[in-house]
Amino acid sequence: MGCWILASNPMFDPRIIQRLRKNHAATICTWILSAIILACILGPFFLSPALAEPSPNQYAPPAWEHPFGTDLNGRDLLYRLLMGGRVSLLVGLCGALVSLTIGTTWGLVAGYAGGRTDAFMMRVVDILYSVPRLIFILIAINAFNASLQSWASSLGWESLVQFSRIAILIVTLGVIEWLTMARIVRGQVLSLKSRQFITAAQALGQSHTKILFRHLLPNLTGIILIYLTLTIPAVIIDESFLSFLGLGIQAPMASWGSLLADGAGSINPVRSFWWLLVFPATAMASALLALNFLGDALRDALDSKSR
Amino acid sequence: MINVLLKRLLSLAVVVFSVITITFLLIRISPGGPFDGERKIPPAIEKQLLEKYKLDGSLWQQYSGYMRDLLHGDLRLSTKYRNRTVNEILAQSLPVTLCLGGTAFLLASIVGIWLGTLAAMYKQSWRDYFAMICALAAISLPSYIIGPLLILVFALHWTVFPVGGWGGFSHLILPTVTLAAPAAAVVARLMRGSMVETLGLDFVRTARAKGLRESTIVYRHALRIAILPVISYLGPLAAHLLTGSIVVETVFNIPGAGGFFVHSILNRDGFLLGGLVIIYCVLLVFFNLLVDMAYGLLDPRIKSHV
Repeated sequence: MGCWILASNPMFDPRIIQRLRKNHAATICTWILSAIILACILGPFFLSPALAEPSPNQYAPPAWEHPFGTDLNGRDLLYRLLMGGRVSLLVGLCGALVSLTIGTTWGLVAGYAGGRTDAFMMRVVDILYSVPRLIFILIAINAFNASLQSWASSLGWESLVQFSRIAILIVTLGVIEWLTMARIVRGQVLSLKSRQFITAAQALGQSHTKILFRHLLPNLTGIILIYLTLTIPAVIIDESFLSFLGLGIQAPMASWGSLLADGAGSINPVRSFWWLLVFPATAMASALLALNFLGDALRDALDSKSR
Repeated sequence: MINVLLKRLLSLAVVVFSVITITFLLIRISPGGPFDGERKIPPAIEKQLLEKYKLDGSLWQQYSGYMRDLLHGDLRLSTKYRNRTVNEILAQSLPVTLCLGGTAFLLASIVGIWLGTLAAMYKQSWRDYFAMICALAAISLPSYIIGPLLILVFALHWTVFPVGGWGGFSHLILPTVTLAAPAAAVVARLMRGSMVETLGLDFVRTARAKGLRESTIVYRHALRIAILPVISYLGPLAAHLLTGSIVVETVFNIPGAGGFFVHSILNRDGFLLGGLVIIYCVLLVFFNLLVDMAYGLLDPRIKSHV
C-alpha cells in the first residue's frame, strides 16, 4: 500500500521538481524568501536590543549608524522591520496552517460523504463566501481581546498577555481564509473517490477514518502545499490590513502593516520622511511577491495543462 | 427562472438576517459601552441616555426592538455623532464611496479584460510574460502599499495630483488607480486563462477556416464565451470595490463610508456599525444575484439548468 501512495502522490513525481528547477523565477523567489525569513529570525540577535528603545535621535535619515533611518521615537527602523517581519510571517504561517486544517477537513469530509451532507457543507461555504468576513474579524478582535487577556492573567501567564492579539489574529484569520481550500480539496476528493485504490480499501473493510487520512490525504499533499503557499500571503495581507487600520497588532509591538501605517502617516507636503514608508513597503512587497510567484510556479509545475 | 429568483431572494434574506444578528451580538460582547469617556457620567443621566438610544431593557428586548426598527427602515441614532441618525450619515457618505468604487470597477474590468485578451492572443511572447508579471505584482501588493507610494511619487515628488481629499476629477485619479490595480490584475489573469482555452475550441477553428480576421475571431466570437468566468468574478468584485475601499479612503482622506466604519468600531457606535454592515452585506449578496442572472443571458447553454 505504501508504494501505491508514493506512486500516485503527485508530489513525488520527479518531473515536477524538474519543471520547478527550470523555472528561474521560482528559484530566485525561493532564495529571496529564504533570505527574508532568515534575516527576520536571526537578524535581531546580531543587533543590539538598545536599538529598539526610544532615543533622542528622531527621524534620522538612513546613514551608517541606522541603515534604514529612525522613526518618530528615535527607534532604529531596521530593527523594527525585522521584529515586525517576525510577527507578520508568524501570523501568516500559523493563520495559514489553521485555515489549512479547517479547509482540508471540511473538504475531505464533504467530498467523501457526498450526497446531502456534501450539498449542505458546500452551501455553508457558499453562504460564507457572500458575507463580508474581514468585517467580522474587525469586530471580533475588539470583542474577544479583553476577555482573552483577563483569562491569561487569571491563569498566571502575565508574560503571554501581550501576545493575546497575535493569538486572536491567527485564529480568526485562519477561520476566514479556509473556504477556497475546502472547495479545492473537495473537488480533488470527488475525482479520487472513484479510483480503484479507494474501492480496494473499501473492499478490504477499512474504516472511513482510515480511508480518509491514510489513503485520500496523502494524495492531496501536493495541492494542499500549493494552496498553503498562496494562503500565507493572503493571511499576511489580511493581518497588515488590520494593523494598518490600527486594529491589529498594537504598539509598541510592530508588524509590517503597522510600520506601513506609521510610514504613510509621516509623509506630507511639508516634510516627507520617505524611508519610513519605502523600507517597510519594500520588505513586505518582496515577501508577498516571492510567495505568490512561488505558489504560481508550483501550481504550474503540478498541473502541466495550465501552461 | 422566477423560482430560482425567489430561492435566491430567500437565501439573501437569511444571510442578511444572520449577519445582523451576529453583528448585534458581537457589539454587545465587546467590553465598554458607547458612552464611556474621560468623565464618569452620573447614573441618572446615563439611564436617560440609554433610554434615548433604546439601549435599556434585556438583551432580547433590545434585539427585537432593533429588528422592528430595521424593518421600518430606521437605522436609529448614532451614539457617537450625537443627534445624527445613521440614515443621515449613510446618505452623506455612501455616494462618495459608491462613486469611487464605480469608477474603479469600470477601470478594472476594462483594463483587465483588454490585458487578458492581449496576453492570450500573444501567448508565450514577451507581451504575455510582461502582462502576467505585472498582474501578479499588482495582486501581491495591497492598496496600503500602492496608495502611499503613489502619493509619495505623484503628489509629493511631482506635484501632479492632490495628496488627498475629495472634490474634482483630479482627486479621483490616484485613489481609483490604487483601488482598481489589484482587481484589474485578477480580471486579466482570469481572462487570459479562459481566452487561451476558448481559442483552442472547435468553433474558433471553424471561424479561422472561414478566413475571418483574427481580431474578428477574438472580439466577436471568442470573447463572448471566454468572458463568462470573468463575469462570475465581476459580481463579488463589484461588491468588493463599492464597499471595500476602507483602506483607500483612509489613505487618501476621502469622506466616504469606509472611514466611518473603522471609527464606529473604535467608538463602539453599534447602530452606525450595524447600518454599515447591513449595507455592505446587501450590496454583496445583490451583486452575486445579478451575476447569476447575467450568466444565463450571456451563455444560452446554461439557461437549461438555471
